[in-house]
Order: sequence, then structure tokens, then C-alpha cells
Amino acid sequence: MVRSSTDAAALVHARGLTKHFGALVAVNGIDFDVARGEAFGFLGPNGAGKTSTMRMINCVSAPSAGELSVLGLNPVTDGPRIRARLGVVPQADTLDTELRVDENLYTYARYFDMPRALARQRTRELLEFVQLTDRAHDEVEPLSGGMKRRLTIARALVNEPELLLLDEPTTGLDPQARHLVWDRLYRLKQQGVTIVLTTHYMDEAEQLCDRLVIMDKARIVAEGSPRRLIDEYSTREVLELRFAIDARPGLDGKLAGVADRVELLPDRVLLYTHDGEAAAAALHGRGVRPESTLIRRSTLEDVFLRLTGRSLIE
Amino acid sequence: MIASLITRRRIQLPAAGRAAHLVERNTVLYRRHWLLLVSGFFEPLLYLLAIGFGVGALVGQSITLNGRPVAYAVFVAPAMMATSAMNGAVYETAFNFFFKLKYSKLYDAVLATPLGVADVALGEITWALFRGSLYALGFLVAMAALGLIKSWWALLALPAAMLIGFSFAAVGTATSTFVRTWQDFDLVLIVMIPLFLFSATFYPITVYPGPLQAVVQFSPLYHGVSLVRSLTTGSISPGLLVDASYLVILAFVGLAIAGRRMQRLLLK
Repeated sequence: MVRSSTDAAALVHARGLTKHFGALVAVNGIDFDVARGEAFGFLGPNGAGKTSTMRMINCVSAPSAGELSVLGLNPVTDGPRIRARLGVVPQADTLDTELRVDENLYTYARYFDMPRALARQRTRELLEFVQLTDRAHDEVEPLSGGMKRRLTIARALVNEPELLLLDEPTTGLDPQARHLVWDRLYRLKQQGVTIVLTTHYMDEAEQLCDRLVIMDKARIVAEGSPRRLIDEYSTREVLELRFAIDARPGLDGKLAGVADRVELLPDRVLLYTHDGEAAAAALHGRGVRPESTLIRRSTLEDVFLRLTGRSLIE
Repeated sequence: MIASLITRRRIQLPAAGRAAHLVERNTVLYRRHWLLLVSGFFEPLLYLLAIGFGVGALVGQSITLNGRPVAYAVFVAPAMMATSAMNGAVYETAFNFFFKLKYSKLYDAVLATPLGVADVALGEITWALFRGSLYALGFLVAMAALGLIKSWWALLALPAAMLIGFSFAAVGTATSTFVRTWQDFDLVLIVMIPLFLFSATFYPITVYPGPLQAVVQFSPLYHGVSLVRSLTTGSISPGLLVDASYLVILAFVGLAIAGRRMQRLLLK
């Protein structure tokens, strides 16, 4: 994973990056590089160390050990200069609830020392971009979760950041609101904005990330593009079977040899195979009668299960 | 290539330009809520009217300053002016600051921009100082209108009130960082009310027996009142420097504690 030619151009460069909170090790010696123009993801369950890593990149949390450079600068000594060029969407909305929607963007632009006229212009443009123009003069609190998220994203873009940090951008949103957020992020990606995001949704990681690392228990356990990770750690297809509760004990032995790998989850059985149809037929021949059968392509969820023995969302 | 980061975390020094943007944020808010802003001005004014003039009618000219008897309102008014500066600063740094720190998470958002904790502290304390000064200025004008100013030294009462505002803003901010819930503010009031009543606000400190006088000398409001009263009545003495020094030292202790606590709370 050492690519010294790209390291110099990396927007974020970390080696042995570590964060302790007292005795708790939140991030345990991780290495990664984020290249300009890339959409880079941290995928992992809650508590894996994703947010701690993001806060270190954002220069609001000092690393306990290791190396970190952001935009070629040192986050410990160059915090203000780095943050001037970052856009941040935190995990929980931190909108200014005492101010109106448009005032949120205007004052935030002013924190970046933007001239007043330009701040007003950016406010108008960004409200348009996140489709909140008609709510410009409203209070923040009555907005829906999706609207608040879009406003937070607009706020993060106010300084035209070179690097956009998104911590769980769509957690807690309904599917429609998620797709709207994804659409906006996809447009930003098209415009060449470098994106670093954390998520525990594998579909989000697959949709948005060019490359990602999978984190578990404060460490990086795998790195690559979503496609490559799936190819490397999973099979082409997955046969998902659901059984009536009392039918599970009778399965012993009947699943052996049908697939490359079998995962017995509390609610279903997953068989990893290059040919789901063939595996289903073979099981049928052995007298296995599941309540439902689904053949699907492997996802990052399967990669995570393979690497950690656990599901992403528990 | 990059120096190891195990080095001690450096505190980002404040910059007036950055802190000013937080002050501006508060002006954006109060542009629509100016009534809330001026509300705190009236409480000390009502005390002046009720006690300075009302009770003052009973007291007569029994209080002497510089060996001369003065009207009771002349004695009470500067204390109320000092109190108004304290109120403005404490309302802002106790209640509003706490809300922004713990509930609205405003500072978490602000710290993702070029502003650092020292800028946040400087910005909010400046704003609180501004609010306290506004009250004090209004009060000074009211005193002049009511004929309660006895000396040109009174012009310095405004900077004196700003110093009071600065001290209480710094201490208020530091206190807020230790507050856990809204209920804890009852404790803040338990401190504020005796401070207001017993800091030689309504009668001279000489009313107290000796040991109690020594205790009252610890009250920052006592020194604030003493400062403003000396200036509006023209009884200038070297003791003023002691009063001012006490407030300055208190302000810097408050600032240092506030900065450290905010660093711990916000930059984990």
C-alpha cells in the first residue's frame, strides 16, 4: 500500500494515526491516503473509530500518536489555515437554531471571513443548490430531518471547500431524503470536490465511494474500491435462505459442500457461491425447503461479515 | 517528514478578526430580538426608583460621602449602574453561553471553521461586555437625567462599568463550563442574589462588623460598586486602583479557566 508517488499529492495522509481517550483506544494506528478528486469512505459499525478519525482530520481533536497531514499542513499547528479550506458535515446537525435558514449560511460564511456581499450571494446559490430557497426565512427547528441535513451540507459548502468531510451524512433519514442527499453529493463529486465520508450503510459506500477502508475495533481491516473488495472477500452471488424457526436444527449437514462458505445468521442463512441458481437447486435436491429464497449479488455487507464475523448494523 | 504529533497540543491564540465574526453572529440574532436585549436594563432602574427614591425619602441625608451628607438616591444609583453591567454580562455568559455550549452545539459548528476556542471565548465575552456596557450607558444617561451625577469623573464610570462587565463575563463563562443542567443555575442565583444585596449596594460597608467587612471585600461587585460610586460622586482616592486591580485579576483568572475548560469540552 506504499505509493510514494501519490503520497506527496495526497490531501490527507495518515501513518500510524492513533487516538486515545484515557484507557480507551478509539483509533489504533491506521494508515491511509486520500487523493485529490477522490471520494473516500470509512465503512464500519458504530464505535469503530470513524468519527474520531474525522475529528482529527477536521483539526478539532489532536492525534495521540502517529502522523497526520491535511492539505499538506500539520493539523496541530495549522488548524485555522486547514479548516479554512475544509467543509464539514458532522454526524449530528449543529445548525444555529436561534437563527433563520438563510442567516445560518450567511453567518457561517462570515466565520470564514467572506466579504458580506459574497456571503449573501453564496447563501442564495447554496439554498438553490439544496432546494431550500422557499424556506430561506424560516426558523431551523421546524424543518424536516432531510431538510436540516441539506442545510448542513449547504453550510459545509459555503467556503467552496477543497475537501468535504461528511460524518454519516444520511443516518436517520428516510429513503427519499437519503436519495436527495446522495444526488447532491454525487453532483459535488462530478464537480471534482474531494469527499471523505463515514457510513455504516454499505449501499451508501457503494454509491458514493471510489475507494474505501473498512474499519472495525479502531483498526482498518481492508482497503480498496467497493468492486475490488467484493471480488476479493466475497463470491459473485449470495443465496439467502429464511427458515421457519423450528426448521433450523434439521439443517445440520445438509448445507455442506453446496457453497464456498456458509454464514448462519440469527434470521437467515447465507450461502456464498459463484452460482446461486445451482446452489438452490442442489439444496432442493437434498430436501431443504426454506420459507423464502433470494439470490443476489454480493455487497460490502458480505465483505464486512467475512472480515469481522459480524453484521454492520447490529 | 512530518514531526511526530505526540508533542503537547498547542492552544490556538485568539485573533480579534476571527472573534469579531462571532460578535457579528449575535448582532444578526438580536437585530430581531432587540426587546430581549434591552429587557435586562430595567431591573436595576426599577430598584433605583423603588429603593433609591422610595426608601430614600425615609432615609433622608443620613449617608455621608467624603464627609458630606448625600441624598440616598445619589448613593444607590452608582451601585445599580454597576449591577446593570454585571447583569448584562452574566445573562449573556451564564444562560446564553450555556445554551450554545451544551444544547445548540453552536460552538461545535463554529470550531469547524477557522475559529478556535480562544476566538469563541473572546467573541462571546466581548459581546457580553458590549451588552453590559449598553446597560451601563443607558443607566448613566438615566442618572444624569435624574440629577444623580455629582462629578465630571462620572465620564470614567462607563469604562469602569465595562471593566465590571468584562470581569463578570469572564467569570460567568468559566462558571457555565461547569454547569451540567439548567437546575444548576439555581446555584448561580444563590450566589448572584446575595452578591447584589450585600455588596455595599444599599448601605455603606461600615454597617457590617469588622470580620464581615473583610468577607464583603471578596465580592467583585463590591469593588465594582466602589469604583462607580467614587466616580459618579467624585470621591477619588488611591483605593480605586485596588478595586480596578481586583476586577482585572478576576477577569484574567476567569478567562484562563474558561479557555482551559472549553478546550477540554470542545476539542476532545
